[in-house]
Amino acid sequence: MGFIGLCDCNNFFVSCERVFRPDLEGRPVVVLSNNDGCIVARSNEAKALGIKMGTPLYQVRDLVRRHDIAVFSSNYQLYGDMSQRVMDILRQAAPSIEVYSIDEAFLNLDEMPLETLEPFARNLSARIRREVGIPVSIGISPTKTLAKIASKLCKQYPKLGGGCLMYRVQDVEKVLSRFPVGSIWGIGRRSGAKLQAMGIDTALGFYNLPQAAVYSMFTVTGLRTWKELHGEPCIGFEDVQPDRQTVCISRSFAREMTTIEELDAAISTFTGKVAEKLRRAHLYALQMSVFILTNRFREDRPQSYQMKTTLFEVATDDTLEMSERAARSLREIFRPGFAYKKAGVMVTRLVPRGGVQASFLDTVDRGKRSQLMDVIDNINRTSGNYTVRLASQGEMDQFSSRTMTSRRFTTSWDEIMEVKV
Amino acid sequence: MSKDVELAEVHAGFPSPAEDFMNVALDLNKELVRNPSSTFFARVKGVSMIDDGVGDGDMLIIDKSAEPWDGCLAVCFVDGEFTLKRYRNKGDYALLMPANKAFKPIRVDADNQFAVWGVVKYLIKKM
Repeated sequence: MGFIGLCDCNNFFVSCERVFRPDLEGRPVVVLSNNDGCIVARSNEAKALGIKMGTPLYQVRDLVRRHDIAVFSSNYQLYGDMSQRVMDILRQAAPSIEVYSIDEAFLNLDEMPLETLEPFARNLSARIRREVGIPVSIGISPTKTLAKIASKLCKQYPKLGGGCLMYRVQDVEKVLSRFPVGSIWGIGRRSGAKLQAMGIDTALGFYNLPQAAVYSMFTVTGLRTWKELHGEPCIGFEDVQPDRQTVCISRSFAREMTTIEELDAAISTFTGKVAEKLRRAHLYALQMSVFILTNRFREDRPQSYQMKTTLFEVATDDTLEMSERAARSLREIFRPGFAYKKAGVMVTRLVPRGGVQASFLDTVDRGKRSQLMDVIDNINRTSGNYTVRLASQGEMDQFSSRTMTSRRFTTSWDEIMEVKV
Repeated sequence: MSKDVELAEVHAGFPSPAEDFMNVALDLNKELVRNPSSTFFARVKGVSMIDDGVGDGDMLIIDKSAEPWDGCLAVCFVDGEFTLKRYRNKGDYALLMPANKAFKPIRVDADNQFAVWGVVKYLIKKM
């Protein structure tokens, strides 16, 4: 039997803030989404107060005051760097890993002897806590779906010391009998509701359904999850990320935009960012969409959602070419009289750099342009983002408002920790 | 013959004997940051450690994972605040020793909220 681990950082954004604010240990803490709109991370204390994921901050203002909840704007540079540190340790410790999200990674533990797995999980968990300061939960099981459940078990039972090995049938069944069916990885909201309507509340109820019934009600996807719960691996380990199909950069604005000039700056900035991402992934794009939309929560105002998609004659990663095209698309969809709350640029139909077809009608000197882009990327990499940019480009940060941000302790020299001496 | 031409000739004539030794230039990061995952930087504010050579504005390279030893320079978290002191382990309690006659040692025991956050490995001073 092979084993898979899942390492999940506990309340990750909150834990990152607490590393630099040990005084917040034990106090309720929440972290907000990009424009300080909704709650996207909660400490255990905040969860215990009944604060749900995604709640808009204004709905819990009272609670915040009454319970002295610490509120943070999101600090993605800090979280990104702390995530990198955790992933680096996992890479050192496990033969191979699959980064699943900013705060989760699967570990391939196939070659490890069974009796070493439990101490491995506990030691690794303690090491990450000691070195980076982030508490993590590591679940180890024969399948990804079970590993997810085992990691949740660590959170419920601190006695496990951040590591849990779960594989014996009787253990699995006991755990599943207390695990809500809707929380199983791979069971969506719709399937969860369907199961509950059948009177099945626990994971064990789903596990005990006959295989044929699962297949007829929930098709192949449901069957895959069911098999995984029975210890049969159906979801492969991917240490190489699958090919990217799209790159999209979009933002909600702190203040709504009404003029084409404001939107121009935003779209140009997003396009530059998209092009840079393409170049970093060695990809070209064949298709680009520009979209703008009004605030859908303001039902008192006229609403508009507009998108313009265009094709490139020759697949490209060129900031200049893409920006010109994006500006033209924006002019076609912009309408005066609307207050735009969000905009974005997305490229699709991506092709690897090697496989581009040349066109006789091509008017761009691709060789020269790609040298120019290399130079720009190099300067921006060594001298800081946005050192060189188009006149129309702004900085990403100007489009969002975050008022309660902690310092970028690990990514900006001006903001490193201060120690009173 | 001008110097420029001389250099150009050398470049054209021989492969550089240094070619096999490229990419081995000294890298301060490698020397000062032994474990990147657990290394954090901080700025000093204050003068209580001045006799140990730690002055206002200096930069600290901190290893968060290091086990504090008796006498180490430690970034401590005491009752809600970070402070930098020499750590003296006295068994039941600890003494946080300043290096400036104007300051008194701080005594911490089980009644205090106290943790050694990290150990200072290097100090960077601007001259």
